Amino acid sequence: MYILIDNHSGTPIYDQITEQIRAQIINGTLQENQALPSIRGLAKDLHISFITTKRAYEELEKEGFIYTVPGKGCYVSAKNTELIKEANLRKIEEYMDEITKLAVSCNLSRNELIEMLDFSLEGNRK
Amino acid sequence: MNAIEIKDLCKTYGDFTLDHLNLTLPGGCIMGLVGENGAGKSTTIRLMMQMIQKDEGTITLLGKNVDEMDPLTKEDIGVVMDEVGFPLCLKTEEIGKIMQMTFHNWDQKRYEQLIHQFHIPDNRQFKDFSRGMKMKAGIAVALSHHAKLLILDEATSGLDPVVRDEVLDILNEFTRDENHSILISSHIVSDLEKCCDYIAFLHHGKLILCEEKDVLLASYGIVNLTPAQLAELPSASILHQKNTGYGIQALVKRDAIPDHISISPITIEELFVQLAKEYN
Repeated sequence: MYILIDNHSGTPIYDQITEQIRAQIINGTLQENQALPSIRGLAKDLHISFITTKRAYEELEKEGFIYTVPGKGCYVSAKNTELIKEANLRKIEEYMDEITKLAVSCNLSRNELIEMLDFSLEGNRK
Repeated sequence: MNAIEIKDLCKTYGDFTLDHLNLTLPGGCIMGLVGENGAGKSTTIRLMMQMIQKDEGTITLLGKNVDEMDPLTKEDIGVVMDEVGFPLCLKTEEIGKIMQMTFHNWDQKRYEQLIHQFHIPDNRQFKDFSRGMKMKAGIAVALSHHAKLLILDEATSGLDPVVRDEVLDILNEFTRDENHSILISSHIVSDLEKCCDYIAFLHHGKLILCEEKDVLLASYGIVNLTPAQLAELPSASILHQKNTGYGIQALVKRDAIPDHISISPITIEELFVQLAKEYN
């Protein structure tokens, strides 16, 4: 598991941790029921405050990505693919809305828009 | 359990007053005590050590009131002051022997291991140590009697950046155990920013703020604006401003700033300096 902290990015550190662990759970790098490093251990290894790692773990737990066994530590939850898909769909809808608004504002045709979508899809599938 | 609880602590001498200081350090945390020269950092630490007598208030360390503290509990506290005062003619081995007779919990193995880890020479007398070596020897002793609370007064001042980094690593390792806490005072705020969970800011004997480091970093920022733009911001959100001649740089509270204004992150050092200037 990798966690890369950028102190100068302006994104809060706990956000960086949550995002990276979440991504690694979604893409399967972190397996179901795999133990995560302890809150204190991770903080000391990354040289950050344990309040930060605690907050990151709390956030992940709230979102359902990890669970805590009292006295033992935190573990990766069983992957709820439906939940992740649902969340992504909602996001896509939002972006779509933005895209169509922009397209209408500069008179882009439907075909041009589809062409752009195909192009983008192809780029990301590689 | 809180490692340190200070309630309404007062001390006056001459023209200096430590004014109703309240400070709490939760167990397992590192707190940095920041302040200018004469702000009351060392006074606070000396009061905690009972090196000077308080006028008012209570100090509780590791759950025990210092006025009623027995010598054994005192051994749970490791202290390093800005000058490490071992007898000048002793070598590390002899310092170990004396400490063995001083502390009930003395761990000779741990001491030898730390001396080795810190690269402290064992064939030199203490008077021939460099400042860094003296400091590391002091820290080695403080860490070798199973202390639960470590109090460091300017322990990193006068050390080169590499040694300072080593010391911070040692402190970081020390608090891997959740029963271990540290109070550290320093002028080198960037050091504190690297290792602390909490930052307490003393100014002329008063506690200006005591907050989680990350909360401080997340709630303050720097903006660069023209005077006209600045006038539109709520005045309560501007803590300090500096006119550069071509614009105004201001220390602001992030939550009151409209989204379209870009806010750059601040370091604890900048925050401390600007707040100190403002209070002056």
